[in-house]
Amino acid sequence: MKKEQLLDLYYQMVLIRRVEERGAELYQAGKIGGFMHLYIGQEAVSTGLIAAREPRDRVITAYRDHGVALNCAISADEVMAELLGKATGMSKGKGGSMHMASVEKNMWGGHAIVGGHLPIAAGLALGDQYAGNDNVTICMFGDGATNIGYFHEGLNLSKVWGLRVLWVCENNQYGMGTSVERASAVDEIRQKAEGYGMKNAAVNGMDVMAVYEAAKEAIAYVRQESQPYFLEVNTYRFRGHSMGDPERYRKAEEVKQWQENDPIGIFNKYLLDHKIATRKALDEIEARVEEEVQKAVEFAETSPEPALEELFTDVYAE
Amino acid sequence: MPKITMREAISQALMEEMDRDPAVFILGEEVGVWGGTYAVTKGFYDKYGADRVKDTPIAENAILGAAIGAAMVGQRPIAELMTINFAFSAMDYIVNQAAKLRYMFGGQFTLPLVIRAVGGGGRQLGATHSQTPDAIFAHFPGLKVVSPGTPEDAKGLLKSAIRSNDPILFIEHATMYQVRGEVPEGEYLIPIGKSKVQREGSDLTIVTYCKGLELSMKAADELAKEGIQAEIVDLRTLRPLDMEPVLESFKKTNRAIVVEEGWKSYGVGAEVVSRIYEEAFDYVDAPILRVAQKEVPLPYNRTLEQAALPQVPDIIAAAKEVLK
Repeated sequence: MKKEQLLDLYYQMVLIRRVEERGAELYQAGKIGGFMHLYIGQEAVSTGLIAAREPRDRVITAYRDHGVALNCAISADEVMAELLGKATGMSKGKGGSMHMASVEKNMWGGHAIVGGHLPIAAGLALGDQYAGNDNVTICMFGDGATNIGYFHEGLNLSKVWGLRVLWVCENNQYGMGTSVERASAVDEIRQKAEGYGMKNAAVNGMDVMAVYEAAKEAIAYVRQESQPYFLEVNTYRFRGHSMGDPERYRKAEEVKQWQENDPIGIFNKYLLDHKIATRKALDEIEARVEEEVQKAVEFAETSPEPALEELFTDVYAE
Repeated sequence: MPKITMREAISQALMEEMDRDPAVFILGEEVGVWGGTYAVTKGFYDKYGADRVKDTPIAENAILGAAIGAAMVGQRPIAELMTINFAFSAMDYIVNQAAKLRYMFGGQFTLPLVIRAVGGGGRQLGATHSQTPDAIFAHFPGLKVVSPGTPEDAKGLLKSAIRSNDPILFIEHATMYQVRGEVPEGEYLIPIGKSKVQREGSDLTIVTYCKGLELSMKAADELAKEGIQAEIVDLRTLRPLDMEPVLESFKKTNRAIVVEEGWKSYGVGAEVVSRIYEEAFDYVDAPILRVAQKEVPLPYNRTLEQAALPQVPDIIAAAKEVLK
């Protein structure tokens, strides 16, 4: 990867972190409603993953979707505006935190029914197979989604029909507050792919370069072989499941231990150690992000509320 | 006009639309090699091949999820549910996904999707395989629910559904595939969301759809022998519900019954009656009655099953009651 690309990955990770930190403040201030699930701690996963796709490859994810949206080049302005429920959000304020998408950016949502989007991902890939192209659909989901029926129906169909889906399990160790070993028959989630005869791998999700390399290989396999692939990415969310999580299910020491493996810190060190960037260059990126996020907040706060007539639009196409 | 069966009408609609538009394909359990559980897609596999007539695993979430995804990226899938009872296994895809994805993402997604489902009792299939849960699905904005009662309507409405850019649940009745009726020659479309007067009369209005239409027509014949002229309004589409022909008829007859196969409580009849009271209260000459299924799970035993389902004599009795 070229220097500019590496620095861009760093920029994206910092952008996700700052957008969400500001989002959390705005949530506390009562400007964001509903559920909001922060991606903080998991930034390397979608950043590495989406950097490995071609623009024609589709992305679909669960409700922890702000980072994925930003990685797919949906602007911080639009993300922030959607969080605030404004007309200028990508879903016109009708979707909110959990429902961010952009057809133009080939990002097919933010889906909030756990596991529900997996068969839909198979369907996106089915649409491409039917059209005769070799686009890949990257479908991200949490460890918790691998215990529900949708997961098994989706994986099975993808294998039976040779659908080009890269299944990416973001194993952040907890489905809400229930740890993997308390909810899943196997701790190592990728073992489930074995049951479908599906090629699989596991990767350290705190290392953006490792994720990128693993994703690159996986996407090439999916495209060339017309077969699904299962990638387990081990990661950790530093914040609660959603805003207002009492976090009774994990110990502060555990969180601290993972925070020492901050994906942004690791990548920062990588860039410095390999002399890819100077401290000054990284500081400049961070300053640029601060400015961009500040502008996004201002954009969102000054954007109009959706008009009341919007209540009745988009129910049907016809 | 040629007379064909409901099965032939639906089959013709599917075939004509598949011939017309390469984006249209079928997926479902046993739709291909088997030829369809109710033989609606017999011959399709040989004509169109495995890519356009896709046999799926017995996995309703996979069927409907895949159909939704393929529709989102511009294909026009027709997903077949072997019976509407299996829709409950994949309820999320119908009421949570298909019905909401467009709205929830600010109109970014378009879902040109048809879900064909076979419903209805009367075939001694037991309680879990004999339901008429149409009203449940019609409850959800974002979905369109169509359920025809004649071969003509089935063909024209299904063709419109396949061409529509909205997700449509198309409900057929398991006992009506052999029903014969005249259909126009050549291509025709029937618009979704339009109720239709299927029989004219001046004494009372019978509002119904699907299987209820078949029963109501027979009842109307019987009533006519006694000099009672029933007007029958066929809803054809449950959502969006077109009340205009219903109200127009009611304002003429001032008396009505609603006939549906599903349970009475919270049903289609409840909706129609409320609307009449809301929009035509001044024209009401008698309480509006509902003829519907008894409030029990459908039993296997034929006599018991028939006793639970609405029958022609029930309709005749209700009609006479509102005319008292």
